[in-house]
Amino acid sequence: MDRSRIVFSFICLIVLGTVAFLAGICLGSVNIPPFEVIKSLFGSDDAGTLQSAIVLEFRLPRTVTSAFAGASLAAAGLMMQTVFRNPLADPFVLGVNSGASLGVAIALLVLGPGGIVLASQTPLTGSLLVVVAATIGAGASLGLILILSRRVDVTSLLILGLMISYGVSSIVSILIYYSMADRLQVFFNWSFGNFGAVTLGQLGLFIPIVILGLIGAILLVKRLDAFLLGERYAKSLGVGVEGSRLAILGCASLLAGVVTGFCGPIGFIGIAAPHLCRYLFKTSEHHVLVPASILMGALFGLTSDILARAPGLEGTLPLNSVTALIGVPVIIAALLKQKSYQRLFGG
Amino acid sequence: MSHHDTVLDSEILVIGYKESGQKVAENLSVSLKPGEFVSLLGPNGVGKSTLIRTLAGIDEPLGGRVFLKGEPLSNLTPRERARRISVVLTDSLPGAMLSVYGLIALGRHPYTGLMGGLAKDDKERIDWAIQAMGIQDLAIRRFGEISDGERQKALIARALAQEADVLLLDEPTAFVDLPRRVEIVNVLRELAYSQGLAVMASSHDLELSLSFSDKLWLMDFEGTLTTGVPEDLVLQGSVARLFQGESFGWDAESGGFRVHKTPARFARVSGGGEACYWARQALERVGFGLRDDDEVALEVTVSSDANGVPLYQAIIGDRSKTFTNLGDLLAWIGRMDGAVSGHRPKYD
Repeated sequence: MDRSRIVFSFICLIVLGTVAFLAGICLGSVNIPPFEVIKSLFGSDDAGTLQSAIVLEFRLPRTVTSAFAGASLAAAGLMMQTVFRNPLADPFVLGVNSGASLGVAIALLVLGPGGIVLASQTPLTGSLLVVVAATIGAGASLGLILILSRRVDVTSLLILGLMISYGVSSIVSILIYYSMADRLQVFFNWSFGNFGAVTLGQLGLFIPIVILGLIGAILLVKRLDAFLLGERYAKSLGVGVEGSRLAILGCASLLAGVVTGFCGPIGFIGIAAPHLCRYLFKTSEHHVLVPASILMGALFGLTSDILARAPGLEGTLPLNSVTALIGVPVIIAALLKQKSYQRLFGG
Repeated sequence: MSHHDTVLDSEILVIGYKESGQKVAENLSVSLKPGEFVSLLGPNGVGKSTLIRTLAGIDEPLGGRVFLKGEPLSNLTPRERARRISVVLTDSLPGAMLSVYGLIALGRHPYTGLMGGLAKDDKERIDWAIQAMGIQDLAIRRFGEISDGERQKALIARALAQEADVLLLDEPTAFVDLPRRVEIVNVLRELAYSQGLAVMASSHDLELSLSFSDKLWLMDFEGTLTTGVPEDLVLQGSVARLFQGESFGWDAESGGFRVHKTPARFARVSGGGEACYWARQALERVGFGLRDDDEVALEVTVSSDANGVPLYQAIIGDRSKTFTNLGDLLAWIGRMDGAVSGHRPKYD
C-alpha cells in the first residue's frame, strides 16, 4: 500500500545485492580490488592474466551461482509457505533434500564401488554424476509429493512430506553405515552444501533452468494471492485449485531441485528470506513478495557465500552451517515479535 | 422446474463429503430470488456450511444440481461462476501482513488479467464496496489488527467487490457484538434491496433473523429444509419444531425461548402497557404460570403515577403492597415464600 516504502525497500535490496555481488568477486584467498575486477569482467586484458583467471574461472561462476541459488530457494520457499499456509514450509520439508541425498548416496555409495568414476579421480565427471543423481533423487521425491497432492489436503501433504523425508533419511543412514570412509567424504562434502562446485560450463545449464523457474514464480503471482485466503476462498474466486497447486508446487520443486542438484541441500534461505521480506515490505501480496524474495534470496546467498569463505580461512566453511547461523536468528526474531505464527498466516 | 424469477436454485440436492461419500442432507430444493434476504437457521452440525459451499460451487454436490439462472452450475467455468456467486466463509485468514484494502482487492480476482493488476473500474468497484460497508477508515489497516465486527465487514466488502448476483454468507454475525450484528444484518438487507442482490446468510440469531429476513430456510437434523416467510413458519410451528427435544422450547406467542417447567402456582397480571408485559416476563421467569381467573396465588395490578412511573400493586392472600420496580416486587414475593416455608428468600 505504502508505495514509497516499497520502492525504497526495493532500491535498498538492489543496491545491497550489487555490493554483495562485487564483494563476492573481490574477496577471497586473494583479494582483488574492485577496479581490477571490473576490468577483468569487461575483458581488458592488461589486468593481469592470473587475476582475470581467478575472476572469470572461479569467483564469477561461484558468485553468480550463489545469487541465483539463493533467489531460487527464496522463491520456492515463499510459494510453499503460501500454498501450505505454514511459515516453516519450504521445499525441503517436502523431501527435496532427502530425495536428493538418497540419489547422491546411491550414486556415490552403492554405484560408486561398482566402478563408476569418483569425483576425486576425474572432477568433472564426478561432479556431474552428483548433480544428475541429486536431481533425479529430488525429482523422484517431488513427483511422489505432486501425485499425493491431488489426493489429500495441504496439511496432510505436509505431514506426508515429513514422513517421506524421515523414511528416505533412514535409508541414507543405512547406506552410510555400510560405506567406506573415502566415499563418505565425497558424500558429506556434497551434503554440506557449496556454491563453488558449479563450473562455468555448468552455469549454461543451471542458469536457464533457474530463470525458467523464476519466470514461472512471477507468472503465478495472482494465483498465489488467491491462495492467501485458503483453498476454499481461492476456489470461490474462480481459481482451479488443484491445477494451481500442482503448478505452484511444480515450479517450487523445479527451483529447489535444480539448486539442490548443483549446490547440495541448502537450508534456511527458503524460510528466512521470505520472512524478512514480509517484515521489510509489510505486505503479503505476491506481486511485491515474489520479486522481493528473489532479491532477498540472492542477497542472502551472496552473503552466506562470502561468510563461508571468510577472510583468513583455509578452504570454506560448510555452507549449510552458515545459512543456518544467519537464518535461525531471523526466524526466532520473527516469531518472538509476532508472538504467534497464526497472526502471520492464519490457522 | 421454473427458473424464471430465481437467480439460484437447487433440485433434489444431496450434500455431504465427497471423499468419504458421507451424506449430510438430501432432497434439498431451494430457490433464491434477486433482491431477497434469506436467513438459514438450524442447529450446529446439520450442514448449513456444507449447503452454502455446495450452492457456491466450492463443494460438489453428491447428487442433484444447482442452477444459476436456470443454467447448471457445473456448466459454468470457474471464472464465470466467481463473477456470479460470492461468499463469506468462516475459514481463518492470515492476519498480520494482509491489508484490508488488499483483502478486498482480492475480490476482483475473477476480473483481472494474468498478473492480477487492478484497472480503473476494478478500483472503482473496490472503493464502492468499501463505501457500502462504511469501512473507509479500515482500508489501510492490517486485517489482523481489526475487531471481529470490522473483519466481517471487510470480508463482506471483499465479496461485494466480486460484483456477483448472489452473496452467500456463513455466519457473518458470529463473534460480533449485538449492535454490530444488527448493523451487519441491516446492511445486508439494504444491499439486497438496493442492488437487487440475492443474499443468503446462515445464522444462530433467531430473533434477528425473524425480524429482518424476507425468508427463512430452516434445516433440521433429519436433513429436511423448510422454507417460507418467517411469520408463516412461526404460525405453522416450524420454528418451534427446530428446538424440539431440547430442555427449552420456543414460544410462538411471545416470540421467545422458554425453559420447560410446569408452573407450581399461578399469577394474574392486570393492567396495560410495556410495564405490564415485562411484569409478566419477570413472574414467568421466576416460575409463575399466568392465568386470568381467580385460581391464583398472586395478583398484580399495574398502573402508573402522575409522572408516568409504573406502580405494581401485589396481593398475596391477605397481604398487599405497592412497588415502583419489579426487583422490589420479586424480593417481596421471595420474603413471603420464606415466611411461609422457612427458607431463605429466593428472588433477591
